[in-house]
Amino acid sequence: MMASSYNAKEEDGHHSGSSTHGGTGAAKNKKPDNTAFKQQRLPAWQPILTAGTVLPAFFVIGLLFIPIGIGLYVTSNNIKEYEIDYTGVEPNTPCYDCANSFTWNSTTSCVCTVNFTLVQPFESNVYMYYGLSNFYQNHRRYVKSRDDSQLNGVQSSLTNPSKECEPYRTNPETKLPIAPCGAIANSLFNDTLELYYNHPDGNMTKVNLVKKGIAWYTDKHVKFRNPGNEKDNFTERFKGTAKPVNWMKPVYELDPLDPENNGFINEDFIVWMRTAALPTFRKLYRIIQKKPDSAPTLPSGRYFLNVTYNYPVRSFDGRKRMILSTISWMGGKNPFLGIAYITVGSICFFLGVVLLIIHHKYDTRSNSADIPN
Amino acid sequence: MDFSLLRNIISRYCAGEENWVDSRTVYIGHKEPPPGAEAYIPQRYPDNRIVSSKYTFWNFIPKNLFEQFRRIANFYFLVIFLVQLIIDTPTSPVTSGLPLFFVITVTAIKQGYEDWLRHKADCSINECPVDVVQQEKVVRTQSHKLRVGDIVMVREDETFPCDLIFLSSSRDDGTCYVTTTSLDGESSHKTYYAVPDTMAFKTEQEVDSLHATIECEQPQPDLYKFVGRINIYKDKEEPVSRTLGAENLLLRGATLKNTQHIYAVAVYTGMETKMALNYQSKSQKRSAVEKSMNAFLIVYLCILISKAVINTVLKYAWQWSPDRDEPWYNHRTENERQRHVVIRAFTDFLAFMVLFNYIIPVSMYVTVEMQKFLGSYFITWDEEMFDEELGQGAQVNTSDLNEELGQVEYVFTDKTGTLTENNMEFIECCVDGNVYIPHAICNGQILSAASSIDMIDSSPGGYRREYEDLFFRALCLCHTVQVKEEETVDGIKRGIHQGRPTSFYISSSPDEVALVEGMKRLGYTYLRLKDNYMEILNKDDEIERFELLHVLNFDSVRRRMSVIVKSISGEYLMFCKGADSSIFPRVVSGKVEQVKTHVEQNAVEGLRTLCVAYRRLSESEYQEACHYLTEAKLALQDREQRLAQAYDVIERDFVLLGATAVEDRLQEKAADTIESLHKAGIKVWVLTGDKMETAAATCYASKLFRRSTQILELTKKRTKEQSLHDVLFELNRTVLRQRSISGLSVDCLDFGLIIDGATLSAVLKPSQEVSGHGNYREIFLEICRNCSAVLCCRMAPLQKAQIVKLIKSSKEHPITLAVGDGANDVSMILEAHVGIGIMGKEGRQAARNSDYAIPKFKHLKKMLLVHGHYYYIRIAELVQYFFYKNVCFIFPQFLYQFFCGFSQQPLYDTAYLTLYNISFTSLPILLYSLVEQHVTIDTLKREPSLYRDIAKNSLLRWPVFLYWTCLGVFDAVIFFFGAYFLFDNTTFTSNGQLMTTNTQMMFGNWTFGTLIFTVLVFTVTLKLALDTRHWTWINHFVIWGSLLFYVIFSLLWGGIIWPFLNYQRMYYVFMQMLSSGPAWLSIILLITVSLLPDVIKKVLCRAICPTATERAQSTRPCLTVEPSTIFMLSQSSSRMSF
Repeated sequence: MMASSYNAKEEDGHHSGSSTHGGTGAAKNKKPDNTAFKQQRLPAWQPILTAGTVLPAFFVIGLLFIPIGIGLYVTSNNIKEYEIDYTGVEPNTPCYDCANSFTWNSTTSCVCTVNFTLVQPFESNVYMYYGLSNFYQNHRRYVKSRDDSQLNGVQSSLTNPSKECEPYRTNPETKLPIAPCGAIANSLFNDTLELYYNHPDGNMTKVNLVKKGIAWYTDKHVKFRNPGNEKDNFTERFKGTAKPVNWMKPVYELDPLDPENNGFINEDFIVWMRTAALPTFRKLYRIIQKKPDSAPTLPSGRYFLNVTYNYPVRSFDGRKRMILSTISWMGGKNPFLGIAYITVGSICFFLGVVLLIIHHKYDTRSNSADIPN
Repeated sequence: MDFSLLRNIISRYCAGEENWVDSRTVYIGHKEPPPGAEAYIPQRYPDNRIVSSKYTFWNFIPKNLFEQFRRIANFYFLVIFLVQLIIDTPTSPVTSGLPLFFVITVTAIKQGYEDWLRHKADCSINECPVDVVQQEKVVRTQSHKLRVGDIVMVREDETFPCDLIFLSSSRDDGTCYVTTTSLDGESSHKTYYAVPDTMAFKTEQEVDSLHATIECEQPQPDLYKFVGRINIYKDKEEPVSRTLGAENLLLRGATLKNTQHIYAVAVYTGMETKMALNYQSKSQKRSAVEKSMNAFLIVYLCILISKAVINTVLKYAWQWSPDRDEPWYNHRTENERQRHVVIRAFTDFLAFMVLFNYIIPVSMYVTVEMQKFLGSYFITWDEEMFDEELGQGAQVNTSDLNEELGQVEYVFTDKTGTLTENNMEFIECCVDGNVYIPHAICNGQILSAASSIDMIDSSPGGYRREYEDLFFRALCLCHTVQVKEEETVDGIKRGIHQGRPTSFYISSSPDEVALVEGMKRLGYTYLRLKDNYMEILNKDDEIERFELLHVLNFDSVRRRMSVIVKSISGEYLMFCKGADSSIFPRVVSGKVEQVKTHVEQNAVEGLRTLCVAYRRLSESEYQEACHYLTEAKLALQDREQRLAQAYDVIERDFVLLGATAVEDRLQEKAADTIESLHKAGIKVWVLTGDKMETAAATCYASKLFRRSTQILELTKKRTKEQSLHDVLFELNRTVLRQRSISGLSVDCLDFGLIIDGATLSAVLKPSQEVSGHGNYREIFLEICRNCSAVLCCRMAPLQKAQIVKLIKSSKEHPITLAVGDGANDVSMILEAHVGIGIMGKEGRQAARNSDYAIPKFKHLKKMLLVHGHYYYIRIAELVQYFFYKNVCFIFPQFLYQFFCGFSQQPLYDTAYLTLYNISFTSLPILLYSLVEQHVTIDTLKREPSLYRDIAKNSLLRWPVFLYWTCLGVFDAVIFFFGAYFLFDNTTFTSNGQLMTTNTQMMFGNWTFGTLIFTVLVFTVTLKLALDTRHWTWINHFVIWGSLLFYVIFSLLWGGIIWPFLNYQRMYYVFMQMLSSGPAWLSIILLITVSLLPDVIKKVLCRAICPTATERAQSTRPCLTVEPSTIFMLSQSSSRMSF
């Protein structure tokens, strides 16, 4: 404040001094430039939102959205989806016993079988999901409880995981660092689902479930990496670490048969590590490849789902589901988007009509009102 | 009676004691006074260093930080930041620390730079060379080394380094000329007088031999007041004591002119000089927008706190069962578990606060500041507000009030120099009832003296002749005009060119110049003041000499001035000229009635009148007067008061000579401007010190009053007949009746009120009866409210401020604007919400104290109707939009808490949280708030009534605010639940066809957030695009550019494993999202839906009940063509005719 006034004064004095000698010449320098920007006269496009200008836009939106919506809806409806809840809450459901007899330190796993019927055959690739309800994977304490650099194979983080992993950072008894540390990894979904097709002739065939290609490519190849040397065996690479407390086997035994799917780069593990946005979620479990011949991937008929029941959800009123679904160009079954498009399109169209009426009515009125003015 | 006397004495004694403490003794040349005279008490004074800088190198950081955190907003963000550092919060401290750091740093750099400039300016001033007399020699030293008591030599055209007491000059008469342009803007040369006893000292040796002390008051900021006494000790003699007044004090900042050199002694140095004391910053004015912004902020703070409280309560209700609180998959650490539940709840509350704190945006303050600062350049750049004559454009002294210019409801304007040119021209004079009109209207030609007087009544008798002579002499002698003979004059008024060397008359009052020039045309030329003798060239080309004995200076309280002269024949004459009201009561003889009617007639014509009177003094009377004056002048205390008393005693028993009339023409386009302001719904009040008749005439001329205006008078004349009470009630009844009759019709008679100073003070005076007091004020306000124009005449400067204050504090709290050009307007300029100074003839004081300064009154139109309007709509949109976009931003976070177990899980990634307000959405709104023009400049100027559309802060009222907030909430709900339904229960997946494998991959919570954020950024930016009415290439660049920037940033942010981060949650999230068809479709859908209500609202409002602005927008294309063609036609036709 003070400075500006101070300077202004100095200038004033100076100015009046110079004008005694130079007259108006000095004053002319002070004249502001006549540029379009400084005079606020830049050429400009001045659109106005009137009924007249908005009308076509509304009709166009209506005409575009309704077909898109119909397309989406039809596509979504063509997608076949089958969902089955195998939690075993109610008595007389197949997994009731398993759910009730669950203890943390049981050595034997409980197996239950759920049978179901597909009314329609599933064409093309079929995707198998497991779904959990009331499971807060998006809880803050849970979301941050991981160490990305450990998962990226950084050796120092392997043996000294981030503090964010507490209380799943070290094994409480051996004090060894846990790999992979944190609550997310600790609670890895470990039910095993197997699908059997019951041929009409009574034969049972196991449906081939592909467990690779279910994770993001970048996750599998860049973000997640196993520690240590490629040549060493997995036991060596994870030496000095403990398994997460709730796991039955260490991380390097997730898929002992395939080194490309073992350790941190196990795809089931990677999928689980991508925390879900909402408490009810589904995650991709397996892919059922379509058959080379034109036969449906999953023909209609009776199926058995063999569940190795390891994952307790009843304590927090959770539910477990198995979902089978085909996909289309727009993803999975999703009637919402189609309906939303149709609704918005129709609203726009309707508004367009209303606006047309208003435009017609008021435009003439305001025009006539303008004339006497 | 006795008691009061006693009290008086006591108070005077006490005051005297106090004053004694408040004076200082300066030892000239640092010499001790002779023993016995006084105790030598060396006092400590600051050195002559000017420090305008706030900071030093060392204290910059702490002091600046302290200053910055004194702002509530900054402090709030600091608290949030500290909370984030201390407790475990959902977002990292970086998210709020970085913006805060950015804001603080930018502000600090700006302030630091300004301070550095100040340091540099200080340095150059403090180090400029000064000549000091030491040991009988002139020594050159630096300005800041000067100390009180030093004797300084100043040469011609040098600036005085500090406040000095003028000892002697190179001129024989002991005077020097000084301009104070840089102090008060008056460019005339003022004469200062050396102390008479030291006048004779011509050399350094002599000056150095001076042995004296100066007693003077402690420094005070009034430039025109100084009281002091010099005691000169001569060998073995009684010390001689002389009074010192303002005429002996040379002020720092003034420049010596026309004098070779002077010697003077420093009395006030450095920060104690009057110039430095005048730099005190003015009180901060805050705009209405800022006030509503603060109100909105409080609302948002309440929303924030209630959100946090709701979530905390719900959290604990929800996690009542331990399986929800701590399911097996998600245990607490041992530490957390042991914490007490109250502490836990409190930290949770704080964490929610932190999570939602973005609802109050840091960047809003920065953007508003930047908008104001940068935006104000458009005022200074405006070519239309540039005045060729002055060579200056508009000035912005405070950018804080830009938008207030669009909210003005009352304009208080000064008359002289503001509405009128203040370019005086002598029109006629009336001597003893006879009128004289000089013909020669300043064409450079001088008619012969005899013919230049047109006598209406030609019966010259000896008696009349005498009056005439006296009258003309009185006008030639009774003034403070100086004659300037060189060519280089930075004067105000060009003199009349005569055959002789060009001479100019210079005076601080243009009236005086006009009068003296008028006399010249009537044959009496004032030549000069030489050695205290005034020389006049009379009609017969003879030089008459009068000894000037005393000048009783003009002041605005007395409203008159007098001189006492001694003619060659030894007669003592006192001439007095002044306003009629101050002269008539003091007149004992003369044709009072005739002159009075004439004066009134002149006043009706809009002329400024002055009355002239004289008094012959006998020797004894003169001596008595002399005695009074010297006594008053010598007084060390209450000198002003004593002088006023002395003047009062001396100036009486006059013989009326006549009156003069001077015309002050209306400023160019003043009437047009006032008419536009009226149309814009602004009430214009004229506050003037002039007479009622003169002022009313000006008001008619400037169309303030129209023929149809019914004038209500509230003047002394009327209150003499009736009591004030009756008059007020009657007027009130008139006004109310009119209103009730006319009812709905708009074209009812408009009222104009005229009130004078005396009546006003009676109205405002707290009356004796308790009941009456409040009533008068209220009734008066009620009357004023119903008048479209009010004229207040006979106002003292302070009364002007009182009026402004009265209106300002009335119950509607209207926004007031005061415009004036002179020092007498400063109080009202400072009082009003917006003060505008006209860079006029009466110095720069008004312009300096104003918030904005403009060259001419007509520029007020563009200032208010165009700039004010623009600034208001710009900042209103800026404020509303900022709140809107942050509601959109934070409300989904709030909703998300219901789906994540109230765990304070942030929806967006840290980078998005941090950059949303800083970079993704900041530039478009800043640009909008700088260049938006919802209506073109020409339309605004053509249709002043558009100004009514934004009156009363209409764009920032609660309903509008509520609308924006609801819109924000609606959009937020759409974003969140749109994404929710896509994710919930169904597979929202990428079909993977863009990727190499044909898989269907799952999206997690970060993708969810990113989807919402993408929709958010696009919606919010497009919403602004929809509001933008003025698309220049810059708008296109910034709006599309910032969207592009968001996309590029997101690609980059997710494209790399960032080595310095301990999490990689955003890795490839954005790309994966974009590779999924449904994501695209839903982004488009959600953006459309979010924008839809606003579009519909806009279109419907425009179609069904368009505002004037909207009508102007849509009729724009056809209207702009017409005037321009007409203009061209008229131009071409005018060219043809020449």
